[in-house]
Amino acid sequence: MSYVTSLKCRECGQEYPITPVHVCETCFGPLEVVYDYARIGKVLTRAAIESRAENLWRYRELLPVDGEPEMGPFSGFTPLLHARRLGAEVGLKRLYIKDDTVNHPTLSYKDRVVAVAITKAREFGFTTVSCASTGNLATAVAAHAARAGLRCYIFMPEGVESGKVVGSTIYGAQVITIRGNYDDVNRLCSEIADKYGWAFVNINLRPYYTEGAKTFGFEVAEQLGWRLPDHIVVPTAGGTILPKVAKAFKEFKQLGLIDGSFKIHCAQAAGSAPVIAALHKGTDLILPVKPNTIAKSIAIGNPADGFYVLKAVRESGGWGEGASDPEIIDAIRLLARTEGIFAEPAGGTTLAVTLKLVRDGRIKPDELVVVSITGNGYKTLEAVAGIIEPPVSIGARLEEFDALYERLPNGKRAVAGAA
Amino acid sequence: MAIRVRVPTPLRRFTAGVGEVPADGASVRAVIENLEQRHPGMRERLLDDKGELRRFVNIYLNGNDIRFLEQLDSKVKDGDDISIVPAIAGGR
Repeated sequence: MSYVTSLKCRECGQEYPITPVHVCETCFGPLEVVYDYARIGKVLTRAAIESRAENLWRYRELLPVDGEPEMGPFSGFTPLLHARRLGAEVGLKRLYIKDDTVNHPTLSYKDRVVAVAITKAREFGFTTVSCASTGNLATAVAAHAARAGLRCYIFMPEGVESGKVVGSTIYGAQVITIRGNYDDVNRLCSEIADKYGWAFVNINLRPYYTEGAKTFGFEVAEQLGWRLPDHIVVPTAGGTILPKVAKAFKEFKQLGLIDGSFKIHCAQAAGSAPVIAALHKGTDLILPVKPNTIAKSIAIGNPADGFYVLKAVRESGGWGEGASDPEIIDAIRLLARTEGIFAEPAGGTTLAVTLKLVRDGRIKPDELVVVSITGNGYKTLEAVAGIIEPPVSIGARLEEFDALYERLPNGKRAVAGAA
Repeated sequence: MAIRVRVPTPLRRFTAGVGEVPADGASVRAVIENLEQRHPGMRERLLDDKGELRRFVNIYLNGNDIRFLEQLDSKVKDGDDISIVPAIAGGR
């Protein structure tokens, strides 16, 4: 049973029936799903949610599907970890990591949005699904399409990490790389979607797809014990997840499931930071840039929803910063060695920006902070491969190890010094 | 030879459902004026009341976003391709 009433243009308010369209015919504004919150409020309680399976569908009244959801039975409900060791290093007592590096089945937050999009594609009767992607979305669409038995075409810019190319092709998807950047791919796919009538999860299914990102925020609020964090830091590329996390918190408040307030902060790679540039300048006008960063999964120079990122950040009293490539790498290593979580560069970006916000006094040491880690470092090994120390090689003789242990900086002397 | 303009679905009711139409003009702005003459109603879908490109419309000239060129004043010549593409798409 669906609680969705229509699609509505966020700009001019024109309403549309529930069909695979994503752009307002009048003003080109984005279409968004409208829910009947009065009805949802009668059925969706904390107890109802807590009684359900630990996947993203435990919030199904707030997701735009009609029937029984078939995709993503293990997607979502990823860990929220109290990061004590990392917190001690950076001076935060109540620091939490929302860890989508272990989302099922493809290790990024994209499994949330795609579980919703592919469920919706089947409801609409599509037989071919597709996407424009920098990689994480590609793997998620390919995997979910395989499980759903749908034909799948993936479009990516040349030069994305091999883990994401291989990790899409393996599921039987046709992968097509485009000579150009993500924004070129996106433009081509808009034209292909128009011509071929396929379900592009992030184009014509976009109003449904993006709603799946709310589950990241719902889970944070539930896992904190039905409360809001003082701060949440979210990476921004196209601008899907940040406004939807803010929307998730607002919907829970509207339904009386939580109260309080939050600040939401935007993290971008400095080499692809059009939203941060507009935020710092105090303007609504986002000038596109040509991305140049190791954080390829967030290298989008022309963010579709950048305007709504600005709006959500400003409404909440939040802020945002860019992180340079070296800062991103340092943060990836910091998170890995303190908490045992290996994030992709987007995660390094988010942590690096969090540290800047702490340094600048925008986040206070005793406040509750959630860092959003949305993708897994095992898929982006190239980003750190040349920087990480190579292993030390010795022969299989104890004497060789003894000698090595004497001279390694973290060997015998370090242990003796600590004792 | 004219300029080829690719028209997205939301604008095709002005072009009798056609996805690609010819137009003339020496700049993107002039092409939009020409489109308005041939397909009345198009201009106000593309430009706001100050005559600027609407926030959610991207225009590409031979594959290049005109915001990286000279915006609406970008020079256009016969044989060029213009694509009108809704901005709202994508997400990694």
